[in-house]
Amino acid sequence: MTDTRPPILRLSGLSKRFGETVALDDVSLDIEQNEFFALLGPSGCGKTTLLRSIAGFEDPDTGTMAMPAETGEIDLASLPPERRPINLMFQSYALFPHMSVERNVAYGLERERLPKSEVRERVGQVLETVGLTGKAKARPAQLSGGQRQRVALARAIVKRPRMLLLDEPLSALDRKVRAEMQLELKRLQHEVGITFVVVTHDQEEAMSMADRIAVMSNGRVEQVDGPIDLYQRPRTTFVADFIGSSNAFEGEISAGGVQVAGVGELPGHRPWPVDTDAATLIVRPEDIRLASPPEGLLEGTVLDIQFYGGSSTLAVSIDQHPAPVLVTTHGAAAVRRGDRVHLTWSADRAVVLGRSA
Amino acid sequence: MRRLGWLNVPMWLTYAFLYTPIIVLVVMSFNASKTPYTWTGFSFKWYGELVSDELIRQGFINTMIVAVGTTVIATILGTLLAIGINRYFRSAWLEAYSLTPAIIPDLALAIGLLAFFTLVGVTLGLHTVLLAHVVFGMAFVAAVVLARLGHTDPSLEEASRDLGAGPVSTFLRITVPSLMPAIVAGALLVFTLSLDEFVIAFFTDGPATPTLPIVIYSMVRFGVTPEINALAALLLLVSFTVVISAQRITRLTDSL
Repeated sequence: MTDTRPPILRLSGLSKRFGETVALDDVSLDIEQNEFFALLGPSGCGKTTLLRSIAGFEDPDTGTMAMPAETGEIDLASLPPERRPINLMFQSYALFPHMSVERNVAYGLERERLPKSEVRERVGQVLETVGLTGKAKARPAQLSGGQRQRVALARAIVKRPRMLLLDEPLSALDRKVRAEMQLELKRLQHEVGITFVVVTHDQEEAMSMADRIAVMSNGRVEQVDGPIDLYQRPRTTFVADFIGSSNAFEGEISAGGVQVAGVGELPGHRPWPVDTDAATLIVRPEDIRLASPPEGLLEGTVLDIQFYGGSSTLAVSIDQHPAPVLVTTHGAAAVRRGDRVHLTWSADRAVVLGRSA
Repeated sequence: MRRLGWLNVPMWLTYAFLYTPIIVLVVMSFNASKTPYTWTGFSFKWYGELVSDELIRQGFINTMIVAVGTTVIATILGTLLAIGINRYFRSAWLEAYSLTPAIIPDLALAIGLLAFFTLVGVTLGLHTVLLAHVVFGMAFVAAVVLARLGHTDPSLEEASRDLGAGPVSTFLRITVPSLMPAIVAGALLVFTLSLDEFVIAFFTDGPATPTLPIVIYSMVRFGVTPEINALAALLLLVSFTVVISAQRITRLTDSL
């Protein structure tokens, strides 16, 4: 599918320590031409360190960052930040407060010593692209949060970098503007044809915008996949837990799934090879159905019902299992709190993952 | 609208306490009489006499040399000091040490500097006053600039590098302009401090080149003349102008 696209950046074996803390632990990634790539993970997982290493503001202790080009490979680590064909949009936007919007945007082009007429033309074009032509003479302090973000974006893309890095681009915006800017970012990425790499801790943001996502935890890349694969075929329990909501059952691996103490065998399939005896079965709330007694896999009592309009989520307490199981049903639930229910799912909707005991 | 009520009274008393002497001084500087305490008529003659007084004119020139020189050197060094501390040292004591010359008593600083100059064997003169003023002036500039650095976005410089500017270009185009309000405020502060500084100048100056405060001191020893009033009024004018313009520039650039 996306495998045919050539990589634009090849990271291999990147590690970085800050004193005792391991920020990056042997990170290897290929980022492809013109894709919208997301680095997703909780705070402190190393995603920002990785982004800053690519931009040139951190020096990885080991590993290489190679950018294939017509003239052979560019070794990014050998270039200072100002000479890398990459631009970064900062989380704080970092607009120069003493310059107008157009001077901010022109700053990068002027450093390239381009002729004045070309600078003026390109600044005009990019301000039109982000819809800020009328604000060219304004100072950053006079703009709203959304407008500042557009200036920061314009200032970065006007350089026509091979890759644009965005550090938590939407975190400073309020909810409504955020949804709007999500669409805007995607549109711009298509329009300018630049590879975007976004750092975010918001899984919904990553899932809705990115073509591929790298999920990071404790400095390691847990999985790199498209949003749908990440959700349906998580490689680790961390990924399953971090992306969307899921139910986890711990037990011993068995032929048809996982043998859970006190509950019995629960059916599941193995998208990835499992080489441990201990295993975890992951099943999404919307893949669990309420069943009539003979075919039920689990039996329990409804603890709570949350109605969301289009769907309802039931929390079902299962005998012999510590955490309540979440079940999402379409529309309003047909059961009430305190009812006994039977739950079932098909093996191809549940994922069996290895677990180091 | 009565927002303060009776609290207005101490406020106005305080203002009166602060400004009455200044007003009296300015008014008396236009007094025609030779004694400074009785009003006989309006006159500009003391200002005229001031200009023609060779001693005062020389003192004024000396003071301006020291004040301008101090301002230039202390502003550059103080700004660099603040940026260096902010960027490379996260220790509170180093910051405190760099600011001590602004806090320790003038007398201690004066005696210390005099001892140092004598030890090194430098002849005293305007250059030693200038060096002495730079010592405390630098600390004031550093304090003001450090405060500004505290709420400056550190990613501004990174953004500049990211957009293709080298380290030197970034320093000149981004770092210095974003600190400009603080640098200007610090410079004007140092200028006004150096202008009427007496204790340190008195200790570190040579006999041939008295600064204006020293000249005034030697004149006052034989009683206050209306000429001194005129001189003080002029100094007041310079200080006010500098402080007010400093505030306006800071406010102007802050709002950007």
